Amino acid sequence: MARGRRRKLLWSKLYTFACGTSKFEADHSHIGGPGFSRVAFANEPDCFDAVNQNYGSNYVSTTKYTVATFFPKSLFEQFRRVANIYFLFTGCLSFTSLAPYSAISAILPLIVVIGATMVKEAIEDWRRYQQDIEVNNRKVKVHHGGGKFEYKEWKNLRVGDIVKVEKDKFFPADLVMLSSSFDDGICYVETMNLDGETNLKMKQALDVSSDLQSDSSFQNFRAIIKCEDPNASLYTFVGTMEYGDQQYPLSPQQLLLRDSKLRNTDYIYGVVVFTGHDTKVMQNAMNPPSKRSKIERKMDKLIYLLMGALVLISLIGSVIFGIATSEDIQDGKMKRWYLRPDDTKNTFDPKNADVAAILHFLTAMILYSYFIPISLYVSIEIVKVLQTIFINQDIQMYHEESDKPAHARTSNLNEELGQVDTVLSDKTGTLTCNSMEFIKCSIAGTPYGHGVTEVERAMARRKGSPLLEDEQPDENHEHPKPTIKGFNFDDERIMNGNWVNEPRSDIIRMFFRLLAICHTAIPEVDEDTGKISYEAESPDEAAFVIAAREIGFEFYQRTQTNISIRELDPVSGERVQKTYKLLNVLEFNSSRKRMSVIVQDEEGKLLLLSKGADSVMFERLAREGRNFEAKTKEQMHEYADAGLRTLVLAYRELDEEEYKKFNINFMDAKNSIDADREEKIEEAADSIERNLVLLGATAVEDKLQNGVPECIDKLAQAGIKIWVLTGDKMETAINIGFASSLLRQGMKQIIITLEEPEIIRLEKEGNKEAIAKASKDSVMSQINKGKGLLSSSNDGSFALIIDGKSLAYALKDDVKNLFLQLAVGCASVICCRSSPKQKALVTRLVKAGTGKVTLAIGDGANDVGMLQEADIGVGISGAEGMQAVMASDVAISQFRFLERLLLVHGHWCYRRISSMICYFFYKNLTFGVTIFLYEAYTSFSGQPAYNDWFMSFYNVFFTSLPVIAMGVFDQDVSPRLCLKFPMLYQEGVQNALFNWPRIIGWMFNGVCNGVMVFFFCTTALQHQAFRKGGEVVDFEILGATMYSCVVWVVNCQLALSISYFTIIQHIVIWGSIVVWYLFLLAYGAITPTISTSAFMVFIEGMAPSLSYWITTLFVVIATLIPYIVYSTLQMQFFPMYHNMIQWMRFDGHANDPEYCQVVRQRSVRPTTVGVSARIDAKVNQLARKVHHAVHSP
Amino acid sequence: MNDYHGSAAGPSSGSGDGSAPRRNSKRPKYSKFTQQELPACKPILTPRWVISVLTLVGVVFVPIGVASLMASNNVVEIVDRYDAKCIPGNMSSDKVGYIQDDTIDKSCIRTLTVPKDMDQPIYVYYQLDNFYQNHRRYVKSRNDAQLRDSEQADKTSGCDPEKNARDGSPIVPCGLIAWSLFNDTYSFALSGKILTVNKKDISWKSDRDHKFGKDVFPRNFQNGTLKGGATLNPNIPLSDQEDLIVWMRTAALPTFRKLYGRIEQDLKANDTITVTLKNNYNTYSFNGKKKLVLSTSSWLGGKNDFIGIAYLTVGGLCFFLATAFTVVYLVKPRKLGDPSYLSWNRNPSGH
Repeated sequence: MARGRRRKLLWSKLYTFACGTSKFEADHSHIGGPGFSRVAFANEPDCFDAVNQNYGSNYVSTTKYTVATFFPKSLFEQFRRVANIYFLFTGCLSFTSLAPYSAISAILPLIVVIGATMVKEAIEDWRRYQQDIEVNNRKVKVHHGGGKFEYKEWKNLRVGDIVKVEKDKFFPADLVMLSSSFDDGICYVETMNLDGETNLKMKQALDVSSDLQSDSSFQNFRAIIKCEDPNASLYTFVGTMEYGDQQYPLSPQQLLLRDSKLRNTDYIYGVVVFTGHDTKVMQNAMNPPSKRSKIERKMDKLIYLLMGALVLISLIGSVIFGIATSEDIQDGKMKRWYLRPDDTKNTFDPKNADVAAILHFLTAMILYSYFIPISLYVSIEIVKVLQTIFINQDIQMYHEESDKPAHARTSNLNEELGQVDTVLSDKTGTLTCNSMEFIKCSIAGTPYGHGVTEVERAMARRKGSPLLEDEQPDENHEHPKPTIKGFNFDDERIMNGNWVNEPRSDIIRMFFRLLAICHTAIPEVDEDTGKISYEAESPDEAAFVIAAREIGFEFYQRTQTNISIRELDPVSGERVQKTYKLLNVLEFNSSRKRMSVIVQDEEGKLLLLSKGADSVMFERLAREGRNFEAKTKEQMHEYADAGLRTLVLAYRELDEEEYKKFNINFMDAKNSIDADREEKIEEAADSIERNLVLLGATAVEDKLQNGVPECIDKLAQAGIKIWVLTGDKMETAINIGFASSLLRQGMKQIIITLEEPEIIRLEKEGNKEAIAKASKDSVMSQINKGKGLLSSSNDGSFALIIDGKSLAYALKDDVKNLFLQLAVGCASVICCRSSPKQKALVTRLVKAGTGKVTLAIGDGANDVGMLQEADIGVGISGAEGMQAVMASDVAISQFRFLERLLLVHGHWCYRRISSMICYFFYKNLTFGVTIFLYEAYTSFSGQPAYNDWFMSFYNVFFTSLPVIAMGVFDQDVSPRLCLKFPMLYQEGVQNALFNWPRIIGWMFNGVCNGVMVFFFCTTALQHQAFRKGGEVVDFEILGATMYSCVVWVVNCQLALSISYFTIIQHIVIWGSIVVWYLFLLAYGAITPTISTSAFMVFIEGMAPSLSYWITTLFVVIATLIPYIVYSTLQMQFFPMYHNMIQWMRFDGHANDPEYCQVVRQRSVRPTTVGVSARIDAKVNQLARKVHHAVHSP
Repeated sequence: MNDYHGSAAGPSSGSGDGSAPRRNSKRPKYSKFTQQELPACKPILTPRWVISVLTLVGVVFVPIGVASLMASNNVVEIVDRYDAKCIPGNMSSDKVGYIQDDTIDKSCIRTLTVPKDMDQPIYVYYQLDNFYQNHRRYVKSRNDAQLRDSEQADKTSGCDPEKNARDGSPIVPCGLIAWSLFNDTYSFALSGKILTVNKKDISWKSDRDHKFGKDVFPRNFQNGTLKGGATLNPNIPLSDQEDLIVWMRTAALPTFRKLYGRIEQDLKANDTITVTLKNNYNTYSFNGKKKLVLSTSSWLGGKNDFIGIAYLTVGGLCFFLATAFTVVYLVKPRKLGDPSYLSWNRNPSGH
């Protein structure tokens, strides 16, 4: 029944502006020319010409590799790491006689490293492939000939196919719409995945084809569509359709884009014009980039540095070696005759000392490879994977309702989470939960509604007000019934029909009547329960109709001309049906900022009902209609401050005469075909929307997700800048800015927009160049003005709000730096009406312009570009679409988890990874330096100080687990304190733990330790007997002793530098040392064929010798004392922020609120954004008022 | 914070099924491990801790230092450099020529005076200087398989250029190390009476038992044109050629001592020992020194003051640091959480 009724509605007649018929414009003349060459033979995909076109299939692939390219491509990726090339080089060399130690111990680590990483890549790509398969195998109905439609997989669609898409299904490709279930060929689409907008958009087929409403009518349908080539612009489309010997122009109005969804319409028919990667959405998509964290990139530099050092010392070594070798034979006499220099091959040949030196250089490169920690890559991979597991397992980032835990999808970027400088956030579905709730209203100057908004709650919590805790259980008590979506209003004065007893009940009645009538929603009656639900273009509109219903003005039927509501008659006290005749709809658009309907009630009275933004409504009030203007304004101000979006409601009675005049004008304008048609319509509408009588204002909460204001507050306190990039309208975006405390009263707003009369006039003229030039100039001047404002005032904070059109110019190469400077100077930045590509461009601008780490967070397919462009992309996994999650690096289910993700996990990971890398270089340098120094004592002949397998196992068994444990488990500060002192996060942003001084410091420490170990060992165990039996120290014993010392030193150093000892740390650190001795025992017990020089060295030589133990003890303590002294001094006099928090915890002050406050306040920069800042601002304002009051007479 | 999240999630779910356990829930399992809440000690370098540690180190190190120094001082060591002195005056301009001339008798007599009483065993070492036994070419120039096993005598890989005799049969032991075996000899006499030098058990037992075969006999050794060092008695198995075994345990550093033997007899202070030595070994080509060393040993080994002094120094330093820290701690206690130390407070960036 509902369907029957709806099909009779001809919506296009009601709408005034949106769906004007498209005309041939200048653009259409390009068709067939370059850039406009596409031809689709509708319903004839198999015909000769169509096959000749050879357009790509509808198969969409998002994988990085294919089976064929995987090996070369991923290997190539691997060898972009310079360290890997180095190890490949040394690995190859180690098969020659140049190798100082066995080949297998040189090449094996490389194979393991590369293999592990490649397997990881393969698994990740395989997952993407699975996702692709799912999408490509979705089914859609396709015309098979003879008027029959059959299901076909998406991937098999071809250009020219006629498809039938049913309600709530996604469009499989870009389609030109032919007809829909509505007679006038309109349909509603949801483009959430493209631009993030949640309101439905209307599309309309050409009149000529809109009567093709059944499957059979396509039996003999033929048409040729000519249009532009594939491009990324979502909002433009130029084409023509040749149908029945005539050409009809096509506009974006007929184009249905892939990845958008059919809503409120039973089915549509369409012709495929763009397939697969030609579709607009895919053209917008960028290749998934392989992201690497800043730390890792810096690590590369570090490796270059070390490699330089390595080359240098190899060079020194080989020069000295060359000289020593050349001197071995002088005047035919052998010097070091025991080396037999007279009978050598080139490696040691004195006659060719230069060749020997060069060859020795290669040997040295292999020998000193311990300077470059190859296992670092593997260790980091392991650590990161384990860190991700911890992130995924965090129960505090698990969302009960959606049953989704956090999910770190790539492990590459964990530490980057601790360095985020700017968060770029999508709005809908990310900050908000994409539902509107009617929460308050002001009628006749009286505020109604007790609801508490998320923002107010957040502010109350910050102030520590007890009010809230009292209220909440109370609220629950009063709401035994299930809550209604979109309605959170509670006021006994007007609920349950009590409004009739209010002093201004007439106005209240008019107010809700207006809400019930002035909209474009469609009621849907559930036939079983009789309950009515609404399908509205936007969630706010739905909220209004629902609110009216709940108060007692139930809109239940809409016909072509009538709107019927059921309302309470205050006199009889009964519910009566009223039907209004709908005469005109003057619909909403962004320049009008208001919507009106003209209706005639049952008594024949003509009413103009109007709702709109305060900026346009107050000036339209009649003089006698302004009774409660002041009060209403004040209340609206309060609402806005509580983060609500407000609309002003007003009405006016029209007399017959006036209406007639208007109607003639209006119809004229509507039917005009001039270029200035819309202007005429607007003018006509404007003329009638005057002298209104104010009724009141509504306040709708664009419901923020749980905990968003607190989260933003914490992030702001942590010094993270937050930008909002949204596809929404400017007003909406600003509202959310208020709601989330990114904006507040008293913040100076710099608004950059192109909604200026000058530009609009130019646009009418249609001179593209002039528009572009004027627009650019305008944007430039606005930016410069903003900058001037910024520099002229040094107090107060600024907010920058820019719309998509201006953004297009602001992002031009010569403007963007100016724009960036302005934006960086502002406390909050909001970009509205921005397209996916713009979002990505803004992200790129911030990333490249500031050089800081950016994090993008979003939930829709429109955020994909941004997520991929940013250093870190975080997807919100709550919503139905998975595109954002698939493109993200980390997926969380709620925005508020970002707080824990960044402040706790991010900080930890950053700290862990950076300490780990520093320590890694330290331990390898310590080890490498002992090898190098020993070299100096062998006249640089390339003899390693240690047994082959000692060397190979250094990074595997004796030092790896502790450092991995540090990378996985270390905590400088507990999560509670991380969140309590958000400023700690700045350690990551300012890179305090991985800056060059710190890295060099660690390296210096490593070199010092190496030098100390070497000289202490060699001096203590020189040439004298080292034990009672008179035995002297030989090569094996010195090596093993030195090695013991190194193992002790690096492990104890680690123990000193971690701040969190669980049983695991104890096991791995002390265990590693024990393992060294066990290894020495075991290896020494194997036959000398295998153990060679290590045979029995410990059990026979070292263990019974007291001087071995005494030397070890001395070397370890003496080597570590400088570090202990250094870090004591640093802790005492130059503590870093985490040190201070550690102190506080240690002293037991962490739970002393007063004390914490002192530390926090004294160390926190004043924040300009967030709830705390808002409270501060309010306090200041109050103080000023008080001050003012005291001083004024 | 946490309380809030809990309570906020509760009422909004509304329908009341939120509390019901979900099947196949993806909720992470709670454990102290996965939530990173394992009990842990979180040590920080507090002044008290550091001062006590430093004091403890001092307390331990000073006695060890004293003991080591005493041990080292109790060792009596006689060192006699003879490389230059054992060359007759007329040959001192051509030391290499002298040493390479096989026709000259290389005997040389040295007299040593015992400075203090020396208790047996007195170890006899020779010390070489500037001799790179750790040179890569040298270290590798041996074949362990050949030394161990008589059946693998022809395994001479790595032994270049002392690999095969002229007829192609393998040299045992092959390689440069064995070839350059030290060949100075010493005999001692105390007031005319011969002091016997015990050359048994001067090498590591593991070497004798496992690395040098009992049935491996020297073959073709020092038969080449160029003679290196000592020759070996081809009738004694390698496992009993202890001089070779000691020599083949290469030294770590270019200055090294090797055990020559033991004098198992006490010596009194001011005893004069006459050493008759054969100065055969060529260290003159590479300007190496040769020394003869007689030394007793302590629990710590030979004479080396380094360990003792180092322990005393570090121990003293620790005491000093502990005192310094105590003074600082008392005089200028740390201002708790003084944020002026923070780098980003000093030069605030951004707005």
